[in-house]
Amino acid sequence: MSELIRVENLHKSFGTLEVLKGIDLHVNSGETLVLLGSSGSGKSTLLRCINFMETLTSGRILLNGDAIGSETRGKITYKESDLCKLRTRIGMVFQHFNLFPHMTVLQNVMEGQLTVLGRDKAEAAEKSMIQLTRVGLADKAAEFPSRLSGGQKQRVAIARALAMDPDVMLFDEVTSALDPELVGEVLKTMRQLAEEGMTMICVTHELGFAYHVANRVLFLNEGTIHEEGDPQSVLRNPQTKRMKEFLEGHALFKLPE
Amino acid sequence: MDHNWDFATIFTNWRVYWVGLQATLLMFGVTVTLGMLGGLLIGILRYIKHPAAAWPARAFVEVFRNTPVLVQIIWFYYAFPILTGVETSPFLAAVLGISLNTMAFSAEIYRAGIQSIDKGQWEAGKAIGMSFTQTLRRIILPVALKRVLPALTNRGIEVFKMSTLASIVAYNETLSQAKLIAELNYNPIESYTAVAIIFFVVLYPVVQGTYALERVLNRSDR
Ligand SMILES: Nc1ncnc2c1ncn2[C@@H]1O[C@H](COP(=O)(O)OP(=O)(O)OP(=O)(O)O)[C@@H](O)[C@H]1O
Ligand SMILES: [Mg+2]
Repeated sequence: MSELIRVENLHKSFGTLEVLKGIDLHVNSGETLVLLGSSGSGKSTLLRCINFMETLTSGRILLNGDAIGSETRGKITYKESDLCKLRTRIGMVFQHFNLFPHMTVLQNVMEGQLTVLGRDKAEAAEKSMIQLTRVGLADKAAEFPSRLSGGQKQRVAIARALAMDPDVMLFDEVTSALDPELVGEVLKTMRQLAEEGMTMICVTHELGFAYHVANRVLFLNEGTIHEEGDPQSVLRNPQTKRMKEFLEGHALFKLPE
Repeated sequence: MDHNWDFATIFTNWRVYWVGLQATLLMFGVTVTLGMLGGLLIGILRYIKHPAAAWPARAFVEVFRNTPVLVQIIWFYYAFPILTGVETSPFLAAVLGISLNTMAFSAEIYRAGIQSIDKGQWEAGKAIGMSFTQTLRRIILPVALKRVLPALTNRGIEVFKMSTLASIVAYNETLSQAKLIAELNYNPIESYTAVAIIFFVVLYPVVQGTYALERVLNRSDR
């Protein structure tokens, strides 16, 4: 398995607040990584650094072995146009969907292909329909987002990201804004993607998803990766006190097995 | 009160009004175009937090929003030529005064519209690799413009009526022409009433048209 993403000694501060204090991680091609951590631990910030929605304070990120940005005298600089290109290779799905409200479902999925990749209309439409079929929403292509349920919106957002043919997908608590009965359909879509071999980094509080789908689980605490391992051992036998407490907090209202 | 209504002279002098209306429409067309397009540019500069862009834009808005248009027109007609040596015709002076004022007001409308768009929309554009300008043009502006259309319509109506201010420098728009008729025929009541009627008759259908446009644009919300 080849290494797709490598994060080296990543630090990120907002003003005086240091959110990430030296993160090292790697993701192999085809792997699904789940990031756990309590609110405010920096999960979103880490994802947003990986696709350069946030500028890194220090550290570097490699995609397919190539360091992003150009280094001169120890200082790494990033060109905005290069970052735009990079982001087409890293798909991202948000908690609040962020579909474009003035465009139909099909137009939403076509948009990046037309304006960024420069595909022609016919090709973009064809690729969009393939992705919409993949998430089970081909029949909604002509609808506007305001007519869809939360779960459908999120699946359109996934299709929109997939249509750019990314190397890796980032998911930031994509089921947190959904009604409980709609969570399943989105998780199912994500699981299916993972099984088809998509490389994914998922921030989620769905421990069941982590348990069944993730290849590895990372627990983020106070700006560092506090504990990591395969889901079966990390979720069943956490080694650190903080991770134990975190899991107990999540299990508090679970039905007894 | 008995007033002998004399609308007959209005009708016999319809050509005088027609000349005025054409001048009014020309003035409106030029000022609304410059004002709304220039305002869009300044509104975007106001939105971008880059100091080199935002500061001059802010100064521009404050100067032209907080001074009377009438004074600006007079200033451009009488003071500007003395200070710069460049002659300004009544038309040019009025165009400058009204356009700059319209730019200042519409810039604030556009800025408010852009600011009202959820930050997630910028992120979604960015996340699929769109540049700042692509996101602005394709994602942000279409929705923002739709949102501020009622406010812009209001501004447009205001701009149309502001054209009468050009009469202060004797530009031959509708009000100036009415003044001529009134002085010739001693019937100011009728000649100025006619101006009000002309403005209403022209504006009303246009405004109805923009309502229809709003309804069409709101399709995606239902
Ligand atoms: N743009 C920003 N400016 C200043 N502080 C920020 C910014 N973004 C995030 N932070 C701060 O960084 C810390 C980590 O935020 P982050 O959103 O990454 O946490 P999270 O783990 O995703 O939390 P949650 O589970 O609530 O989404 C928080 O204290 C937050 O207030
Ligand atoms: Mg978060």
